[in-house]
Amino acid sequence: MNRFLLWFHQTGSPANFDRYAARWAPWAFATAFVALAVGIYGALFSVPPDVNQGENFRILYIHVPSAWMSLFIFIAMAIQAVIALVWRIKICEILAMSCAPIGAAFTVITLATGSIWGKPTWGTWWSWDARLTSELVMLFLYIGVIGLNSAIEDRRAAARAACFLAIIGLVNVPIVHYAVDWWNTLHQGETIRLLGPSKMDSSMMWPLIATVIGTKAWFVGSLLQRARATNLEHEANKDWARSAYGATQ
Amino acid sequence: MNSPASDPAPLLECRGLCFSRNEEPIFGPLDFTLAAGTAIQVLGGNGAGKTTLLRVLAGLLPASQGEVHFQGRSVDQQHLVQGTAFLGHLPGHKADLSALENLQFTAALHASALAPEAALTDVGLAGFEQQQARRLSAGQNKRLALARLRLSAAPLWLLDEPYANLDRDGIALVNRQIGDHVNAGGAVLLTTHGAYAPPPVPMHTLELRA
Amino acid sequence: MSAPGLLAAGRAQIQRDLRLVWRRRGDALQPVLFAVMVIALFPLALGGEHEQLARIAPGVLWVAILLAGLLTLDVLFRSDVDDGSLEQLLLSPAPLAWLIAMRVLVHWAVTALPLLLLTPVFAELLFLPGRLLTPLMLSLALGTPLLSLIGAMVAALTVGIRRSGILLAVLALPLYVPVLVFGAGAVVAADQGLSSWIGAIYLLAAGLVLALVLAPLAAATALRIALS
Repeated sequence: MNRFLLWFHQTGSPANFDRYAARWAPWAFATAFVALAVGIYGALFSVPPDVNQGENFRILYIHVPSAWMSLFIFIAMAIQAVIALVWRIKICEILAMSCAPIGAAFTVITLATGSIWGKPTWGTWWSWDARLTSELVMLFLYIGVIGLNSAIEDRRAAARAACFLAIIGLVNVPIVHYAVDWWNTLHQGETIRLLGPSKMDSSMMWPLIATVIGTKAWFVGSLLQRARATNLEHEANKDWARSAYGATQ
Repeated sequence: MNSPASDPAPLLECRGLCFSRNEEPIFGPLDFTLAAGTAIQVLGGNGAGKTTLLRVLAGLLPASQGEVHFQGRSVDQQHLVQGTAFLGHLPGHKADLSALENLQFTAALHASALAPEAALTDVGLAGFEQQQARRLSAGQNKRLALARLRLSAAPLWLLDEPYANLDRDGIALVNRQIGDHVNAGGAVLLTTHGAYAPPPVPMHTLELRA
Repeated sequence: MSAPGLLAAGRAQIQRDLRLVWRRRGDALQPVLFAVMVIALFPLALGGEHEQLARIAPGVLWVAILLAGLLTLDVLFRSDVDDGSLEQLLLSPAPLAWLIAMRVLVHWAVTALPLLLLTPVFAELLFLPGRLLTPLMLSLALGTPLLSLIGAMVAALTVGIRRSGILLAVLALPLYVPVLVFGAGAVVAADQGLSSWIGAIYLLAAGLVLALVLAPLAAATALRIALS
């Protein structure tokens, strides 16, 4: 085995990962807390009301980062999944599986905040436009990955099967987006489009940057925490875990 | 028949073979060789990992650690399937099809030189060709599975508890089949509890402890 | 061990699967019955008004056939896992992906093809305009094999799980969405007189070609993962 692969395997060893995660997760959470606090304060109080939407647009400062994160986490999960399947690295299996619940949570937040934004803006709680429908399909994919992972008894086979599903799912997401987009052009009357942040004046941008950073940091902290817990659960009988955490025998 | 010492390479060689499931070690590390013309008997109590070892050697499960060399070449899980035939706990054929139909399928998949009818006769199931497999007794199903092994023409046979569910005639039949196969240059690795008469071939023992 | 030619192995697999279906030929009617029931539920719920049913007909027909196919997905590999013949397939010298492709072909022929042939009858039940029958049959002819292939991948992933019925549906449906959208959408586009309806058909055809190549390979990999 060449030296790079050896270094990679050693860095990804369960004991090293545990130390790494224990060290960096608190920092990630602290960054997330600060950034989100700054962003939410700015979104709620500092930024003036929008010309067209009034106060309603403020929820976009949560909705947009959540939407980006839901997609970003899916991609991250799929990348981890590829590494786990091709090189059979156990810590990547754990990382990929830990991404799924976090991604699902962000997707739910996206859908909920999208609904809350939509009610005063469109008059309905829901719209079957391409963006929201893709988010819904993504939620089902996340739930599928979580479900498959928990349905198989052998932990490693379960993770590998769910990783495989995640990769297929990632290919599916843009296809669904394109399909629903096309389908919306067929049904006249669907002139609703989700306004993007690019229409925002630059002076109103900074809370968005803060919440984007905050959600990313939250994801990193959450991922490290979950992966660390799963890792310890799997390795509970190993010597390194017992000595590091003070088992009596 | 070549003696093992003059064979170019042993049929099967395992070094440091380990398997664990959910972080629980099942067996290993194991080091052993199996030469053509010999057999290995894997002994061990319940839960010692005999079935798992056989499934790893058949290529159904990936080994956690260690190397397997088949006919001198290092092989991974995918390539082990080329030279092995596996007899597990499950019948391995369809209950809804007749004995002959099942063997015809196997013969077609393995491009077998042996005719399915001849294989049936060799295992003592002549006359049962049109019988649906679900109507065969447990012992007859085992004989059908043995016929399937012969059709595959694989050099290495992996037999998991081949004597289970068999009467004395059946046990004698299994031993005869193993004897024929080994004496023709093949090799057999079988698991057993150990209470049965051994086949008439050079036999080594591998013991697994739980 | 010699490897058989692809044709010989394929023929043997198809022969075996057709024989197995014939032994249990009563079960083969179930998808058709289920589709008819689903279709019948809509007029019962919405009223038998001609105009209204004609408007929803393409979507309802597509959904009914999709759901009927979903029901039969579980049995694709289930019995082979239970009696150990799937292991033997994994261990045979013929390429597993090819054998799976043959299996899916027989499955489609037995479950979806009857539905396809009965579509004109179903269309009459929902008063589908005659000019939409061709787009509908085209979209179903391309879409149902696509659904079978995607479904085979998902069935392969869940093969080791007991009572995997609803999980199978949850996993398969997000992957079915694009096929449904383009399939039913093609008929709706044709209804509106848009020339783009044939574009959706072409997309389905392209998806089918991709799936014909990739899905059996993916299902073979998934089977190996799920059985380990």
